[in-house]
Amino acid sequence: MPENQQKLIHAFSALADLGQEVADKNNFQDMIRTSLHLLLGSLAIMRGGIAKYSRFGHELNFLAARGLGDDFPLSAAIDISDEQEFLNAGMSEIEISQAKMLVFFQRYQRILERKNIEIIMPLIVRDELVGIVFLGEKASGKPFTAEDRDIIRAMSRHIGVGIHQRNLMVELERRADENRKLYDAMRLTYSDTVRAFANAIDSKDKYTEGHSVRVGKYSEIIAQELGWTDEEIEGVAVAGYLHDVGKLTVEKSIINAPYRINAKESAELNKHPAVGYQILMPIHHPYTDVPLAAKYHHERLDGRGYPDGLTDSEIPYIAKIVALADSFDAMTTDRPYKRRRQAFEVVEDLRRNAGTQFAPEIVTAFCGGMLNELTGKDKRKRFRRLLGREYMETEGLVPILKQALNGMNATSPLTFVATY
Amino acid sequence: MNTNFEIPVRNDGETATVYASDYLNKITGEKIERECRRQIDGGCKTLVVNFKDTEIVNSIGVSILLGVIDAASSAGTQIIFSDVSEDTNQLFEMLGLTNHVEIAV
Repeated sequence: MPENQQKLIHAFSALADLGQEVADKNNFQDMIRTSLHLLLGSLAIMRGGIAKYSRFGHELNFLAARGLGDDFPLSAAIDISDEQEFLNAGMSEIEISQAKMLVFFQRYQRILERKNIEIIMPLIVRDELVGIVFLGEKASGKPFTAEDRDIIRAMSRHIGVGIHQRNLMVELERRADENRKLYDAMRLTYSDTVRAFANAIDSKDKYTEGHSVRVGKYSEIIAQELGWTDEEIEGVAVAGYLHDVGKLTVEKSIINAPYRINAKESAELNKHPAVGYQILMPIHHPYTDVPLAAKYHHERLDGRGYPDGLTDSEIPYIAKIVALADSFDAMTTDRPYKRRRQAFEVVEDLRRNAGTQFAPEIVTAFCGGMLNELTGKDKRKRFRRLLGREYMETEGLVPILKQALNGMNATSPLTFVATY
Repeated sequence: MNTNFEIPVRNDGETATVYASDYLNKITGEKIERECRRQIDGGCKTLVVNFKDTEIVNSIGVSILLGVIDAASSAGTQIIFSDVSEDTNQLFEMLGLTNHVEIAV
């Protein structure tokens, strides 16, 4: 085979390998190192390096180098005038003899000459300098031919594209990270606002201080027990925090009445779900169904709830969760006309009303979470923090919970097999 | 990519023989270069790179061998490429590697 033909085959095979290498985005460092091997090996160039250009710092940083020695600078400053010269040169190699007018060359002349750098190849992609390839002498000692230069240009173009792609990827990741941080900050602001609202709602009622926050927390526990995603859990917690927002428009004297309110007052109070819905509806919540939870948290499965008397499948699921959390908190806190009830009584109430007032699977999730905490299966102290240790550790609560969970299947029309 | 392979080496004092095998043609071939440098730094007078299990040498292989040549030349170590196939020999000649090494076919 004629030598020239063999040489071309060797170089083209390197070019093909390089194309494949650049397309493989798994490991940028390996890609650059392999690219340098392929470029040097295609023409048997003794030494060389690939540097990435940073437009912001106006500097070159070496990504890979071979045969340049430890004294070769790992980064090098580039003047703006040099950058312009490189851009003017386009994807054309600059002979070291032609590079002498560059400030860059004057600055690094000694080391470039000592390392026998013969060619400087700017890597230009979309009119942007992304890097530079430095190439030393050929092993043959012969000067670079026109064909050699064609091969160098073709391979450098691939390397330039590889660096450009990497730059785009890094920029994309940076922007995604920025957006993520912005989103987190907005979520935090939203969450703070929701909590502030919950406190504002609760401050209207001196007897039920902290009620909205606790309903938010109980709703969160239920969603966790149901295996919902973090975002869904956050959404249901928000729904819990805001479920009573409509109470902001109810007369304080009705909310704080130290007696059982009359029918007229009760009718006024019972408007709060619909008013809450009207307040929450125009707000663009990051989670859906928050206004629905406010509107329907007093509905019951048997249709005896308010405001619309919906039945089981008509009630949004989130409202079913908040309904249980709301009732549970009402039963486990002192009210002006009623003392808090014993834990086992409350559990018994939940069990008895599963299928009529509460969704059985939600009762199961709630009681299951409580049982797991009491038996030590779940180390989090979610219930103890909200109810107090003494209240939670009432004798006999564990068997009552187990009984409630086992009975759920038999007594409830909406079956849910408990596995405790 | 297997990076845990062992480089076969024979060292009888002044002469060290490193077997290139087919690993030479991949980025993992840098391990062969490191082994050659280790033998050179260890003071061997002659470094033999054996190509008996190397079917072809691609551009990565050439680049790695240039690194070995550079290291040997800096240390004043004689370098021999042995058991080189005819095609590979032609390639080395064409690229000018034979200016720097002795070839034992």
